Amino acid sequence: MKFLSKFYIGLIFLILYAPILVVIIFSFNSSGSLSSFSGFSLYWYRELFRDGEALKALKNSLFLAVTSSVLATLIGTLAAFSISRSKNKYYKRLAEGVSNIPMMNPDIVTGVSMMLLFVGVGTIIGVSDTLGMWTMLMAHTTFNLPYAILQILPRFRQMDKSLTEAALDLGCTPAQTFFRVELPYIMPGVISGLMMGFTLSLDDFVISHFVSSPDFKTLPLYIYNQTAHEVKFSMYALCTLMIVVILILLIAVNVAGSAGESRQRKKEKKTTGVSK
Amino acid sequence: MKKRSVFERIAAAPHLLWSAIFIIAPLLFVVYFAFTDREGNFTFENILSLSSYSHTFLMSIGFSLIATAVCFLIGYPLAYCMARMSEKTRNILMIMLMLPMWISLLIRTYSLMALLDNGGIISTFLTSLGFEKLTFIGTDAAVILGMIYDFLPYMVLPIYTTMTKLDRKYLEAAADLGCNNRQTLFRVILPLSMPGVISGVTMVFVPSISTFYISQKLGGGSFDLLGDTIERQFKNAITYHTGAAISLVMMILILISLAVMNKFSDSEEDIIV
Amino acid sequence: MKRVVCLYTLLLVLLTALCITLSSCGSENARTLYVYNWGEYISDGSEGTLDVNAAFEEYYYEKYGKEVVVNYSTFSSNEDMYAKINSGASTYDVIVPSDYMIQRMVEEDLLAPLDLSKIPNYANIDDDFKGENVYYEDDTDNIYSVPYFYGMVGVIYNSSIVAEDDEQIGSWGLMWDADYTGDILQFNNNRDAFGTALYYLGYDVNEATEEQWREALELLKSQKDLVQGYVMDEIFNKMKSGSAAVASYYAGDFLAMHEDNEDLSFFYPKEGTNIYVDAMCIPKNSKNYDLALEYINFMCSEEVGVANALYTYYASPLTAVVENAEYQETMAEVHEDAMEILYGDMAASVPTQAYLNLTPERLTVLNSLWEELKVESSIGIGIYVCCAVILGALILLVVYNVVKKRRWAKLYD
Repeated sequence: MKFLSKFYIGLIFLILYAPILVVIIFSFNSSGSLSSFSGFSLYWYRELFRDGEALKALKNSLFLAVTSSVLATLIGTLAAFSISRSKNKYYKRLAEGVSNIPMMNPDIVTGVSMMLLFVGVGTIIGVSDTLGMWTMLMAHTTFNLPYAILQILPRFRQMDKSLTEAALDLGCTPAQTFFRVELPYIMPGVISGLMMGFTLSLDDFVISHFVSSPDFKTLPLYIYNQTAHEVKFSMYALCTLMIVVILILLIAVNVAGSAGESRQRKKEKKTTGVSK
Repeated sequence: MKKRSVFERIAAAPHLLWSAIFIIAPLLFVVYFAFTDREGNFTFENILSLSSYSHTFLMSIGFSLIATAVCFLIGYPLAYCMARMSEKTRNILMIMLMLPMWISLLIRTYSLMALLDNGGIISTFLTSLGFEKLTFIGTDAAVILGMIYDFLPYMVLPIYTTMTKLDRKYLEAAADLGCNNRQTLFRVILPLSMPGVISGVTMVFVPSISTFYISQKLGGGSFDLLGDTIERQFKNAITYHTGAAISLVMMILILISLAVMNKFSDSEEDIIV
Repeated sequence: MKRVVCLYTLLLVLLTALCITLSSCGSENARTLYVYNWGEYISDGSEGTLDVNAAFEEYYYEKYGKEVVVNYSTFSSNEDMYAKINSGASTYDVIVPSDYMIQRMVEEDLLAPLDLSKIPNYANIDDDFKGENVYYEDDTDNIYSVPYFYGMVGVIYNSSIVAEDDEQIGSWGLMWDADYTGDILQFNNNRDAFGTALYYLGYDVNEATEEQWREALELLKSQKDLVQGYVMDEIFNKMKSGSAAVASYYAGDFLAMHEDNEDLSFFYPKEGTNIYVDAMCIPKNSKNYDLALEYINFMCSEEVGVANALYTYYASPLTAVVENAEYQETMAEVHEDAMEILYGDMAASVPTQAYLNLTPERLTVLNSLWEELKVESSIGIGIYVCCAVILGALILLVVYNVVKKRRWAKLYD
């Protein structure tokens, strides 16, 4: 049984990784052929780094990912704060329901609806070139927002209300309470909200496809354009680089996270030990 | 305490404002476009003309249904096997499962195409073994395979998470009361992991019904799924209205199926209790 | 947790630094020229070729002492480009539409007339593309476009799969040959796909009646079971790797494919085929009219023309390029009959007809016919069976649960 389940896991993961491995291996192929590996070379990587358009797209992607995730986390933190503290049931239900919409809707509908909004508003106010960097920023912030709230809200809910009350009783202003007591407590949620937004935005293709203009391309859009043409092996090189970066990030976060967790556990043990 | 509630209200404002402008208003625009013609007159024409797309709707639903079912059949045992591993192995497997989710969908689809293409590795290998030339790209199987490959991790992850959170006492109780492994799986674990299954099914079904990149790359342009149709309508300013109508109908369709599924999962929970 | 915070902060700082350094590359005061061209349609410096846009920036700096930045973006169909220009979503300074699209844009007053005195290199253009011969511009007083490349559509086939003595060779019939079921590629755009059918039927591609369009649709529907897919530039890969055996595409692209796969052959169908001209134009809302003229002039110089022609392999309308010895030599290495295919008798031996702008009514008809073709798809019965099985299983499960629940309820009562 144990063997069987190990075999099954291995098989599925092999299938899951086979195409990715093929791309990685053939990005080092010295010839532009997929059917045979003719020799190791970094030729396609050199080609990639000479490609100004790819670098520009990378720059745009990073800019967008950073700004939209920060903006979304900012709004999301405030929203989560007021959702968790509010006593108004209707407001709570409304706020959570609204942030569910972009998560439930297929990306294509979100993208199309935003495009119609931008184009429609553009026609109303008479500005013709609405699509571009700003619309991308707005769209990315919008789809990052629910995820940010999702990460931060549980932290607020877990938080002991008496902490806030104590701070207020001891003479903190509401703003001070928020920054000195609540913010530090919810920080892990904020961080994971930021990271989630960052990756989502970096990764998004479908929504960007509809709200972008050719003069502000992100990396996924660039890849899409490239793959519509002839398959270029420099694309394989780009894919490989992205996979490596993601792998490093993932492992780093995991190692840091588990280290932090075990430390926290130790601390908890200590405190419970003392109290006993 | 008064000040506090003022602060709370101000904090709520940006989110509500943002949602109203960028979530609610766009949907209203979709509805507006779906029910007007190019001159801005109210019309049912766009919705009625969708009857010619009935085939596209059927095909999309069919493809994503099959993809979802296969994902479940492959993913559930995988999640089950993973959940039974030691914690250390589990963490590694978790990273391995997450990695493909973090890699862009474009890249994964593209790499699958590289593997399956007629001049690609698999077909070269098969022909060198003396098999007759096989065509994968441009078949319905390739499109469905693409959906399964791209979205399988989305099925496994939620199921796996609910399984690891499962209270072991239930399993022990089941064993004590004389269930064998198989009975435990079907009578205890499966019903208890239903919330994970539901969210997994949603996470596979919704993107596969609306995809257009997968069908473009792996379908070789001969399968016109809902996503492709919508995307094509929005390339041309004349057809925005038809595109909006298709999007609207698809959205409603998805919402209905999600509602039905949630209903289904509720009744499921009742049984356990 | 602190470590995660540190890690993330570090990452953010690094990325911001990267953003700043990357963005500081572009200088602040330079003018930007927005060029909108077909994908892979310019020598871009890859694999040791001349980087034309960079060369223009350099040339401009040397000539005027001012910096200019070329913002180059690409489109993949005339209709995409038209939508962008027409919606006014962005302003471009130089665009490269095809003939019928130029005609339409001139009619809709989207293009600015060119000041030819600012384009001295216009003299390099062959007389076949001037004056009376510019079939896509009706305005006799003004010139709106300068030809960039031209070419003809032909049929490409893989001679290791298609028998050399196949009697359909030389005819559009090869695209409908059931022997190559699953190995045929058709255009994924309505005008060209319907074009192949109309040429095959011998109808006028611009003046065909609605019945003739319908007939073409039926022909394309009958082809739907034979084709591997409707594709555009994916043809390159599929033909080079031998995934597909027959495809219709542009002569210049055939030469590029032939370079990688010697088995590929080419002919112009005897029933007649499409000839097209892609030309450089300046949209009316361009903010850099003079700069755009300068760019067009630069593109018409011999050196740049040769670089582009050697990059794309399309037929150049510049006489200086066609007569250039280096160009002729290199093309001969690509394919022994390259010059013949692009400029010679082979191209002259078949009737040709260009696409002209269709009336809005015709366009609507074409759009709806194309939708009809795309929607029609023959998915296997297996799909339906699978769906039925899944739905059946789901319904069974629900019924089973309901029944079980009732039974429990009864027991408790």
